[in-house]
Amino acid sequence: MLRLPRRPSTLAFLLLASLGTACILIFAFSGQSTAAQQQKLLATQALVAKLGLTDLALFTESRYTRHPTQADLHSALQDHPGAFDHFPTGSLLPPPALLTESHAESRLAVAGKTASPD
Amino acid sequence: MIELSNIKKAFNQGKPNEYWALNGIDLTLEAGKVTAFRGPSGSGKTTLLTLVGCLSRPTSGRVRFRGEDISGLPERFLTEIRRQSFGFIFQQFNLIKGLSALENVILPGFPTGRPRAELVASASQLFAQLKLEHRLHAKVEWLSGGEQQRVAIARALINNPQVIIADEPTANLDTALCREFMAILESFTAAGKTVLLTSHDPLVVESSAVHRVVGIRDGKLTDD
Amino acid sequence: MPNLASPWLEKQRHLIDFTLASLGRRKTKNLGLLVAYALLVFVLASLALFTNALRTEATFVLAGSPEVILQRMVAGRHDLIPPGYLDKIGRIRGVQKKEGRLWGYYYDPVVNANYTFMARPAEEVASGTIMVGATLARARGLAAGNVISFRSYSGKLFAFKVASVLSPDSELLSADLVLVSEADFRAFFEYPAGHYTDIALSVANPLEVRNIAAKLAEALPDSRPILREEVLRTYQSVFDWREGIVLTVLSGAILAFVILAWEKASGLSAEEKREIGILKAIGWETGDVIRMKLWEGLLISLTAFLLGFVGAYIHVFHFGAPIFEPVLKGWAVLYPRFTLVPAVDGLQIATLFFFTVFPYTAAVLVPIWRAAITDPDAVMR
Repeated sequence: MLRLPRRPSTLAFLLLASLGTACILIFAFSGQSTAAQQQKLLATQALVAKLGLTDLALFTESRYTRHPTQADLHSALQDHPGAFDHFPTGSLLPPPALLTESHAESRLAVAGKTASPD
Repeated sequence: MIELSNIKKAFNQGKPNEYWALNGIDLTLEAGKVTAFRGPSGSGKTTLLTLVGCLSRPTSGRVRFRGEDISGLPERFLTEIRRQSFGFIFQQFNLIKGLSALENVILPGFPTGRPRAELVASASQLFAQLKLEHRLHAKVEWLSGGEQQRVAIARALINNPQVIIADEPTANLDTALCREFMAILESFTAAGKTVLLTSHDPLVVESSAVHRVVGIRDGKLTDD
Repeated sequence: MPNLASPWLEKQRHLIDFTLASLGRRKTKNLGLLVAYALLVFVLASLALFTNALRTEATFVLAGSPEVILQRMVAGRHDLIPPGYLDKIGRIRGVQKKEGRLWGYYYDPVVNANYTFMARPAEEVASGTIMVGATLARARGLAAGNVISFRSYSGKLFAFKVASVLSPDSELLSADLVLVSEADFRAFFEYPAGHYTDIALSVANPLEVRNIAAKLAEALPDSRPILREEVLRTYQSVFDWREGIVLTVLSGAILAFVILAWEKASGLSAEEKREIGILKAIGWETGDVIRMKLWEGLLISLTAFLLGFVGAYIHVFHFGAPIFEPVLKGWAVLYPRFTLVPAVDGLQIATLFFFTVFPYTAAVLVPIWRAAITDPDAVMR
């Protein structure tokens, strides 16, 4: 009896079929969140409503990234002592030392000069 | 079986390097016989084989195969006829490197859509006939020259063609292997196949296995 | 496998067998290409899945945020709402509730992070206590019952007792929150009495929101109403620029891959040309050769696409997209831990499919076309 090596096309079909099935499952189930996920989302939504939150806390480095929907046009670069401005230029040119010091080290020196916590 | 009338074949027609390989050939080839074309290199004998084997079309003249004019057929039909009716054994064997002997042999069967099991079965049978069973799964580049030629022969036979075309089949073989090849040739005749080959090896053209020798020189037939 | 016995199908399987056997001859090179290809799809798909899921989630949870927020602007900057402003709004029909909100930022030099302080009514957060976001709690090692002191902008130290840590489930929104009582908030920031940060308005009928915004702008010309629909719209587009950064960084890699793939797919070696000649001589049609190559292109690109996509799905939804964390984080010190609810945008993935599978398949076919129409007698010359 001749022993046939497994046909490459069979292997390819099996691989593609399993990947394809995974793909179909992804599409079939991605729309439906589980009860736990749903509950989590609803709880978060309730917290948002209760506290009146407006933004995701993904980027806390500065005011305009922490609350992009609430920021005014000129708020980039002002909040975090080490904040860079918009990506490409900010990464090339760091903010001046004076600005970096203002909040942290010489905080006491500037205290009282601003009426608002800006 | 095969009739050639006033065949001419030009390469690079209309260009400065235009070259007429064949200059008016009239020839009838019988079925079930071994015919050898003998001539110096550049005589046009290989070109003649490509025309008969549907690998190319003549510039002018007619090729009839089993009574049907095939010289004007489009490429698709030529390919079909070639696949069904002709088996080729090339001088350089032209096996595909990196594939096993078996894979090489069943290649001509792929476009026919025959099931793989069937192809493998008939290939194994051919390997058995050619005493090559032990090399079935060896990669072709690991085979000796004689083994490679037997693989090439098996490939030529896989679609069970009526006509075997061999271009200088013994050019790369020593005397012993050459005699072996002639023995295989006789088995073709016994199986009722028509064989066309080119050679300038006296061992081949003077062999009893060859029924007819046709001389060619400068694209024209010479007297036998 | 069952024998389907269709010659057409069997032929295609033969062609696939042959093309795979051919690819198998240069295993390292072809596997390397497949891996590079799959990786590229993986990164692009991860990006698409991540941002899409984040957008979907933001849209869902922010649907609960206030309908209108009224900010006061002074010289183009966000300013405090002075006393009497709430009354000035008067009664606008359709406004259910209006309240002054108190919130602001605090920079904590201990961990170099910004916090968002927010005042809550005394019945919710007792004076002297705070509620903190889970990310912040992690960064400062806080748990309910701990005491933490912050030095205010005026230099005074304030000690707070942590009443509770907000649920980690909502970390995406509450990472850096510090909820304090109103009295504590005013004392801590020395917030002038009667002033507010902004005003939140509840509107019952969503169709009324635009009218109300217009009325507000008329009544208080120095104010800026921010509508919830604007907030949601912002979040539909806000990740685009971060996505853009990743794409900028990636474009080099994409270009390198395109060159590699083009070179591999379109550069037909003398060996391959010879093989095509052999195949044609032994009875393959031009169409068979092209179909065989088409299978090669499809198999490689489809496998790479599926591998990359499935991998990206697992990366984003089971491991929380760790590869993007550094990029998306930017320079934020507090980064929330979150797992996104799987959301796949079919169109987005279809676009990715189109732009990864088709160009490669085409790149494979172009040179083959030229080679496959050569005369089959070339092998005998």
